[in-house]
Amino acid sequence: MSAFNAIGADQEVDTDAFTPGVEPRATWCPGCGDFAVLKTLKQAMVERGKNPDEVLLVTGIGCSGKLSSYFESYGFHSIHGRSLPVARAATLANPDLEVVAAGGDGDGYGIGGNHFTHTARENHDMTYIVFNNEIFGLTKGQTSPTSPKGHKSKTQPSGSAKNPIRPLEWGLNAGATYIARTAAVNPRQATEILVEAMDHDGFAHVDFLTQCPTWNKDAKQYVPYIDVQDSEDFEFDVHDRDDAAQMMREADTRLHEGEILTGRFFVEEGRPSYSEEKRQTGQMPDDPIVEQYFDENAEWKPSSDLLDRHR
Amino acid sequence: MTENELIWRLAGGSGDGIDSTSQNFAKVLMRSGLHVFTHRHYPSRIRGGHTYAEIRSKATPVRSRGDGYNFLLALGDSFARSPDEEAYYGNEEVKPLVENLDDLRDGGIIVYDEGLIDIDDVDSVLETSLEALAAEHDWHVYPLDLRDIATEHGREVMRNTAGVGATAALISLDLDPIEALMSDSMGGDALEANLTILQAAYDQVRDEHEIDHDVVLPEGTHEEVPVLLSGSHGVAYGALDAGCRFISGYPMTPWTEVFTILSQHLPEYGGVSEQVEDEIAAAGMAIGASHAGVKAMSGSSGGGFALMSELLGTAEMTETPVVFVEAMRGGPSTGMPTKPEQGDLDHVLYSSQGDSNRIVFAPGTIEECYEQTRRAFELAYEYQLPAIVVIDQKLSGEYRTVPDSVFTESAPDPDPGTVLTEEEIEDAAHHASGSYLRFQYDADDGVVPRTLPGQKGGRFLTTGNEHNPAGHISEDPENRRRQVDRRRAKQEAIRETLDETGTHQTRYGTEDARYGILVWGSQQSTVFEAVDRLNETDYSVSALGVSEMMPFPESDVADFLESVEEAVVVEMNSGGQFRGLVQRELGAYGDRLYSLLKYDGNPFEPAEVVDGVRAVITDDPSVAPPTTRLEPTKATNSR
Repeated sequence: MSAFNAIGADQEVDTDAFTPGVEPRATWCPGCGDFAVLKTLKQAMVERGKNPDEVLLVTGIGCSGKLSSYFESYGFHSIHGRSLPVARAATLANPDLEVVAAGGDGDGYGIGGNHFTHTARENHDMTYIVFNNEIFGLTKGQTSPTSPKGHKSKTQPSGSAKNPIRPLEWGLNAGATYIARTAAVNPRQATEILVEAMDHDGFAHVDFLTQCPTWNKDAKQYVPYIDVQDSEDFEFDVHDRDDAAQMMREADTRLHEGEILTGRFFVEEGRPSYSEEKRQTGQMPDDPIVEQYFDENAEWKPSSDLLDRHR
Repeated sequence: MTENELIWRLAGGSGDGIDSTSQNFAKVLMRSGLHVFTHRHYPSRIRGGHTYAEIRSKATPVRSRGDGYNFLLALGDSFARSPDEEAYYGNEEVKPLVENLDDLRDGGIIVYDEGLIDIDDVDSVLETSLEALAAEHDWHVYPLDLRDIATEHGREVMRNTAGVGATAALISLDLDPIEALMSDSMGGDALEANLTILQAAYDQVRDEHEIDHDVVLPEGTHEEVPVLLSGSHGVAYGALDAGCRFISGYPMTPWTEVFTILSQHLPEYGGVSEQVEDEIAAAGMAIGASHAGVKAMSGSSGGGFALMSELLGTAEMTETPVVFVEAMRGGPSTGMPTKPEQGDLDHVLYSSQGDSNRIVFAPGTIEECYEQTRRAFELAYEYQLPAIVVIDQKLSGEYRTVPDSVFTESAPDPDPGTVLTEEEIEDAAHHASGSYLRFQYDADDGVVPRTLPGQKGGRFLTTGNEHNPAGHISEDPENRRRQVDRRRAKQEAIRETLDETGTHQTRYGTEDARYGILVWGSQQSTVFEAVDRLNETDYSVSALGVSEMMPFPESDVADFLESVEEAVVVEMNSGGQFRGLVQRELGAYGDRLYSLLKYDGNPFEPAEVVDGVRAVITDDPSVAPPTTRLEPTKATNSR
């Protein structure tokens, strides 16, 4: 019998199961795109038949980081930019968990950029949602790595001289095996994408466009958006890396020209997840590492087995 | 010298195989019945640059390097030569000989490779010729063309083996254990060549030289089965036996050694090792693995540990158990990568913002590295907070004979600490929403049991923000006070646990001593040797080796200081960080504490401690002042 009975438990759950009894919605302003992430994530969990006890949601800091406060599951609200190391280690410790990490554009593409690159490169089996509203919200409106060039803020009064980060291409180059962009204004697509991302066996990167009605009033509300899968204007093979790269370049460029392309941009099937690679090369046991602590029959080899080399 | 000892120094260039050769020779001496202790001196370079390894061996346990040494095997620095130029690095070619003469004892032996070291070059560097110096100090010099012997029967790089063969001939060491060790580690042509070279060098010494020195191999037998390993092995094996099954890290000297050992063995023990992009990720991953239920460790050296400090605070606030290793080297910043210092004590005690709530151990010996790493895991997982094991480049890298019973006496510990089972979760207190009340106020010892992601009914939120009993962010003053008090209460409980189960302070020396020495970490053994020497003369001295830095062992240290008139605090930093901690924690005794400090990149030698202590604690003008490298300063800040 598993020591973690919630995992894979056959339970009827609805979105209410993912709603905490207290809803301390002090952070998010009326009209904030973050509400859509919360709502679609709950819906996606239900569609995947997950129950709150088998989900670990790890967040960073910022408005996006508060997601774990408003979402009922095992939650770890870590610190700015550090959600990914915490989350990916959890996938190694217990691959049976549904691990989701979430953060904002400053959190994920700025301070946590190094972790994003390497987590994608390693292809950990997890989902990473980046709330992208092109602004630092909780610190009151500073320029973020995704803010367009020329964006003016209190810390960049003459306008930013930097080109914005191009998240989709970055994810592709780093090695993510599922990359999509969706928008708060399209909850149906967002839910579908989140379900797919969690189903995906590997690192799934979802750039989730969320509007900030308080600090980024000038920014587009990401409407109208174009679904690249539905549009006849875009013919490309989502499984082809070159096609995907071209579409991503277009999407990231058009984003700041007011044209919002959303949908799946790259899906690589068949590449083993990092845990699987490690298991295949003998660097990781078949069973979740954590289970041995709950297994009375587990064998605990002593370090004295290693002493021969020291005699 | 009261006891026969061989202190063999092997000098050459980095990359010349000094490390492996010395380790093998140390093992040969151990197998010959001796206790051994090794000391490594090396530059921060891959190839070339003067380096040496020293092996002190005698019939009784060896705790420290000695004062000076009595056998020099100078191989010459092969990387000092360029194929195009004769002396690529100026006089570095002869450094393995000339750089080591200062510490060679009178009556000592010199074997040098005349295939690489030209005696004319040597004399041109020395103020007095080697011959004259040898006459003055009664040194016995044996020039041998080790390079020639090696190239004749194998390859030039095998001149190490020729040097070992010559050593064996000069100290009447049987070749059998050397040959046996070689057979263990190699085969085929390489083994044949090495065996031939070993014998050839041995024979050449016996045939061509009259042996007229007094340095001989000590005779000894082991009362307990010995193993030869380092402080890094002590930490790594302690972690394995504590049930650690996850390690994440980024390479940095000298932490790399612990990281490497565990990376090589964790998979076969059912665990996982991760080399990641930086130390921040390493610390975050150890926390993530622990949060998911695995006993986890990470670590670094000073500069890398600085990067970990924000996650150290996160572990404290989220009450995630984790063990970090901090292997100190000279700082600040990159400092001296290959040189020891004890300069990071304040850093490990107080880094990260807010009130520090962590455990800090500073083991002083290889045995303590093993035992205290185990204890660090036990307490971290019992009390749900980070524990730090502080070692330094000296302790992490020195090899010493240790009874194998240290590692065999207790079984591995699979206990995950204060974690609820799913049955227990059913009966536990839950929030109205159904989530587990992970941070209830009124917990025994401040500890509320954890639940693990995936356990039924145990879900909770944790956060680096201050939070209420349900884990939700809260800035309510009453909640803040109660949560801080609860987390703080762990320190008191840990102190009581340590006091009940045996603390880690080691008292050594005369009962009712008049003078005391306080020491922490890697300098403990050196100080204990100095205590023996002081007590052999007219001084009455006792030392206390302190290994618990946080929570601080107030009563142990206060009792010790009450028992002596004055005490010298010995440590390798320039600011007296440990003395500061003692005074801070005890709020007294400042008027009877002195500092004896060294921070030039080399650890104390016993004689330096003897000199320093004598100079500091005596008013006798006839006592020579300590060498200029020592800085005794009297503390003035008493309360």
